[in-house]
Amino acid sequence: MRSFGYVSVSEPDAALAALAAHPQAEFLGGGTNLVDLMKLGVRRPGVLIDVSRLPFDRIEPDPAGGVRIGGAVRNSDLAADPLIRQAYPAVAQAVLSGASGQLRNLATVAGNLMQRTRCPYFMDASKPCNKREPGSGCPARAGEHHNLAILGASAACIATSPSDLAVALAALDAEVLLLTEAGETAVPISQFRRLPGAAPDRETDYHGLITGIRLPDSLLAQRMQYRKVRERASYAFAIGSVAAAATVADGVITDCRIAWGAVAAVPWRARQAEQYLIGHPAEPDRFRAAVELELLAADPLPGNAYKTTLISNLTVDLLSRLTGLAA
Amino acid sequence: MNDPSPAAETASTVTLRINDEEHQLRLDNRTTLLDALRERLDLTGAKKGCDHGQCGACTVLLDGRRANACLILAVAAQGYSITTIEGLGAEPDLHPMQQAFIDHDALQCGYCTPGQICSAVAAVDEARAGWPSAVSADLTDPGPLTAREIRERMSGNLCRCGAYVNIVAAVAAAAQR
Repeated sequence: MRSFGYVSVSEPDAALAALAAHPQAEFLGGGTNLVDLMKLGVRRPGVLIDVSRLPFDRIEPDPAGGVRIGGAVRNSDLAADPLIRQAYPAVAQAVLSGASGQLRNLATVAGNLMQRTRCPYFMDASKPCNKREPGSGCPARAGEHHNLAILGASAACIATSPSDLAVALAALDAEVLLLTEAGETAVPISQFRRLPGAAPDRETDYHGLITGIRLPDSLLAQRMQYRKVRERASYAFAIGSVAAAATVADGVITDCRIAWGAVAAVPWRARQAEQYLIGHPAEPDRFRAAVELELLAADPLPGNAYKTTLISNLTVDLLSRLTGLAA
Repeated sequence: MNDPSPAAETASTVTLRINDEEHQLRLDNRTTLLDALRERLDLTGAKKGCDHGQCGACTVLLDGRRANACLILAVAAQGYSITTIEGLGAEPDLHPMQQAFIDHDALQCGYCTPGQICSAVAAVDEARAGWPSAVSADLTDPGPLTAREIRERMSGNLCRCGAYVNIVAAVAAAAQR
């Protein structure tokens, strides 16, 4: 591991000042991903700015409606919060379906949004990787890619986002609250992370300190559910996941949200599927057609083509349950 | 306002509160809490298994909450009250969870056991506090600590010997007390 300096800050302005003062600095939250990647030689910051003690550790109703979750809130506190469990169950389900009790006690909400892909080539500093070492190449298409992207990938990169939480947040239209020297801005979560394109090393266009997340008030939020498929019963990353919600009146879908995890570099909001469903009868055949419409954009590889079937079955099943068509 | 100048230094003087005792150490910033415990303080109960947060053998308690000591830097662990397996209990005053592991023969080689026990103590506390798990049917009311709940809540601790059946029994028994 490269040697690094360490500063702990207690005020947000100090965090921004330290970041400006040290070009090779990174923010440290719980460290469950960053420290691991530093051990692997994948991340090599010169300075760590510990932001885990900043006063962003609360979950509270937002004056503008909805809920504000501090960036330093630990994942376990988020999932255990009574308001979140009651009003945003998919958020609690997503968090609880990820990592372990130990890791959730350390990991922060802001860090969850900034966690890096678990692509085996990204995590192995002895291998080429366009995300880690721009221009070095990507062995994943011809190599081990069984848990890599089927949507939104590029010739340069087929990495997936490992976050469960971000999938629920995408379906909820959450906003990322970002502090820069110009003040605090709210960035729609759908714009926060980039698809790889030709520059997979550039994962976001936004720079600053994540002070929190805002969840809008929504009828759909309370009905939203998160379902995850993984290769063992617990403590594993998703190979496919879905956050979805639907409202139905007289057998017709009046509103719906669908987001997928483990299929792209960002949580994949299935907007075409949503539009295909809204205003139409809630029927399993239509659910499947909606998913197939969304998956027209998929570009599966030999090792991950199973994901199209998996995500389709998972989504149809969840929508059926949500609309009372299946137990 | 914090002075950013310490950022140039790659070592820190660190104060750690471990098992109700304060220790001051000069540490390279790269030192994890696990390495500080084992290599500097002779607290070798917490074990180094994978060193990547995947096995749970290094589990300790920070302010009573379980955490992987291999993934928290010692310099970032300041301010917590840290409890290791040594602080949980020792002969003849074993913690009820330690006694339950003995009573139920919940180990074979024993390497993962300190982490299992620290994790189990906190897992029982979490369940008592009403925290749900991924297998709780009702998020707002997780209900009793069933074997299924214990398996899910303890999934961050791997046992290569496969003593899981007896570990579940030990945790269930200690949770009754």
